[in-house]
Amino acid sequence: MTGSILDTFFEECEELLEAMDAGLAAIEEGDQDAETVNAVFRAVHSIKGGAGAFGLDDLVAFAHNFETVFDDVRSNKLELDEKLIQLLFRASDHLSDLVTCARDGGEVDQAHHGVLISALAEYIDEDEEELVFEPMGVGASFEPAPLAPLAEAQEASYDIRFHPLKEMFDTGNEPYFLFQALSDLGSLSVRLDDSELPGFDAMEEGESYLSWELTLVTSEPRSAIEAVFEFVEGLCELAISSEGDEEAEEDALAALNAAFGLAPAEDDVAVALPLEQPAPEVDETPAPVEAEVEVEMVSEPEPEPEQAAEKPTKSKKESAKSSGPKPTLRVELDRVDRLINAVGELIINHSMLAQQIANLDASDTRDVETELEGFKNLARDIQEGVMAIRAQPVKPLFQRMARIVREASAATGKTAKLVTIGETTEVDKTVIERLADPLTHILRNAVDHGIESPEARAAAGKDKAGEIRLTAAHRSGSVCIEVKDDGAGLNRTKIRQIAIDKGLIPENAELNDSEIDNLLFLPGFSTAKEISNLSGRGVGMDVVKNAVAALGGRVNISSTPGDGSVFSIILPLTLAVMDGMVVSVAGHTMVVPITAIVETMRGNDDMINNLGADGTLLSIRGSFVPICDVAGSLGLRCSSHNEPAGVYLLVETENGDRCALAVDDIHDQRQVVIKSLDGVCGNVPGVSAATILGDGKIAMILDPESIVTASSSAAVFDTDRRMSNAIAS
Amino acid sequence: MKTKVLAIDDSRTIRNLLAACLEEAGFEYHSAVDGREGVDLYPDVAPDVVITDINMPNLDGFGVIEELRGDGINSKVPILVLTTESSADLKARARSAGATGWITKPFDDDSLIFALKRVTGAVA
Repeated sequence: MTGSILDTFFEECEELLEAMDAGLAAIEEGDQDAETVNAVFRAVHSIKGGAGAFGLDDLVAFAHNFETVFDDVRSNKLELDEKLIQLLFRASDHLSDLVTCARDGGEVDQAHHGVLISALAEYIDEDEEELVFEPMGVGASFEPAPLAPLAEAQEASYDIRFHPLKEMFDTGNEPYFLFQALSDLGSLSVRLDDSELPGFDAMEEGESYLSWELTLVTSEPRSAIEAVFEFVEGLCELAISSEGDEEAEEDALAALNAAFGLAPAEDDVAVALPLEQPAPEVDETPAPVEAEVEVEMVSEPEPEPEQAAEKPTKSKKESAKSSGPKPTLRVELDRVDRLINAVGELIINHSMLAQQIANLDASDTRDVETELEGFKNLARDIQEGVMAIRAQPVKPLFQRMARIVREASAATGKTAKLVTIGETTEVDKTVIERLADPLTHILRNAVDHGIESPEARAAAGKDKAGEIRLTAAHRSGSVCIEVKDDGAGLNRTKIRQIAIDKGLIPENAELNDSEIDNLLFLPGFSTAKEISNLSGRGVGMDVVKNAVAALGGRVNISSTPGDGSVFSIILPLTLAVMDGMVVSVAGHTMVVPITAIVETMRGNDDMINNLGADGTLLSIRGSFVPICDVAGSLGLRCSSHNEPAGVYLLVETENGDRCALAVDDIHDQRQVVIKSLDGVCGNVPGVSAATILGDGKIAMILDPESIVTASSSAAVFDTDRRMSNAIAS
Repeated sequence: MKTKVLAIDDSRTIRNLLAACLEEAGFEYHSAVDGREGVDLYPDVAPDVVITDINMPNLDGFGVIEELRGDGINSKVPILVLTTESSADLKARARSAGATGWITKPFDDDSLIFALKRVTGAVA
């Protein structure tokens, strides 16, 4: 039970942190109206409240400081200047870290924690601090002890004199219930003192005339008795005494009054009128009204709590308001994934059915085929519907990136601002999760290496503050995420030199601009002069490339000197199903993603030209494209020569190069379900995943990109190095 | 008759914690996600006791108490305030609005039940 509430708490934290970031961003933009400020305050406050319930002390303490500062902003005691806003941003980031640590375990950066706490403390004046940490009224820390074995503890007898002030009845407090609570502590006798009751004519409505004298024999400490009266402190005259502790009683009363800043209660309550209930507002007061009634109340063990058999009607109207967000349903990811798997099986099942029907010895299968076509369309609808469940807007991811840019700017002393476009673009949840690291890396790089120092920017006639645009958009079946900075652009001479120095390329290598740019993605390449703890943690852009490749996507760089660089990440819309072309290669059935294929053609000898010893070129409408023999590059055939080169698939690589993949034949074009090879076998160069075909056989899904680079790079780079790198990654 | 509790809190976490604790203790639990909804639900739920948060959107806890105690609804039922801070200031404000008592967050189940007992007499 508590576990699931804890999950709820972390889910809620995510939402609250988002709301907080959005609020702070609005404040930074100049929107500092009360509601915006309040919303941020509430978010921090709710995180603190929830964290307290689970004993997440670090989180509570930090949220508390944060909240205290924000409370002063809210009450206009503090002015939101640039410096404070930046501090609040950093505090918000740290709060997010603390939540993450609380959820996933791990240590927060204690130094950073300390710095922020003291930075926030500077804004908190000391009085406030004390007031906030003041222990609450007497008895606050009292926790009702379990019904203790009475005999063991020492019993004491307390005389309690209780006179409610008339104000007490405005607060819904009721003497009878207080006595009942007292009776839980031990053996209680109650005596009503109505001596102050005036005559009937003199009685005033709402006035309080009655007092009670109670005697409680209990083994509980005095604080337990005081705790009972906690809510009526200052609303009643209360005297608790036990044998031999007159002084203690005085102290307790003084402390009680001091806690509420009250003078000792006055004795002279106006006495004038007679007979009426002292609490006319309270109906059905079962309080003892007869004088001299001795009521013996003995505590009884509580009855077994009745298990709530029927679910109580919860009148939650989470999103009833029309202005509010659309109604949503929280579903465990597992359930959605099960559905996705089932849809995958459904699609496989469809191909099997289609195959069976094709193999049938029936004269007319047209009707069946029509129905089968309907089946296929339905399956596709279901698939799209299920995919839409997993799709989420990139907004939260982008919001997190704002933080990365802030931190990177602070660490490098540069000024950079993140502009996000297309935040509502929806992408598969897994993609969003796994995109965070590569994006972080690219953005850090953009600030660290892309954006120039303010002086350099001023000298180049640019705005001192650099701008990084983060864009998400759907582009023909894929998602494109772009990071564009307005910095100096890539220094190609330098990149080339570094690659030579590190032995990544031969000194005499002739590379075009795009090839030089893509050197950044080679393992072991880092342009940082010294390893800064920002973008160069000993890992380079190759990590980015691998992470994106693992999602079935690719990264592209383009750069214009003086104007900045653009990193594009192109990802498939879904991770589970894709359109593929089924081909045969050296007797094996394989699948090539349709998205990679520009066109297909049957070749004849006239179109093939030899180039050097190994190379062959395909001539297409007057231009030459290198041929890459799939069977050869996968090691299925030793030699790519003298084989019946049947069919060519023209594919385009990420940097715009074209290549013709030679295969033996094309069979079909169909939807295939992607089955990951993770955990089945290691990384196979040229193969991205597998699928199950209609006949139940397994077919490899090819990765044209890596096949092409693996074969063409041989001409430029050292093949062994490339291959070993590819295998290692 | 179970004692009916109307809990008003904008935090889902707190609502869930309250629900778990109160239902287990045998209370009938109703909830509202902000002050406005709480006041709106009050007549239908007709609770025996109200537990309200202070910092909420739409209508804060003080507003809730004022509206419930005000002429329109004229509620006499106990209203407990859920507070994170236990500052005397805040208590005094809540009390002058007509709050019966307060529960400090984080609350433990025992002290929550204890507080309810003191204002409703409910053993649950």
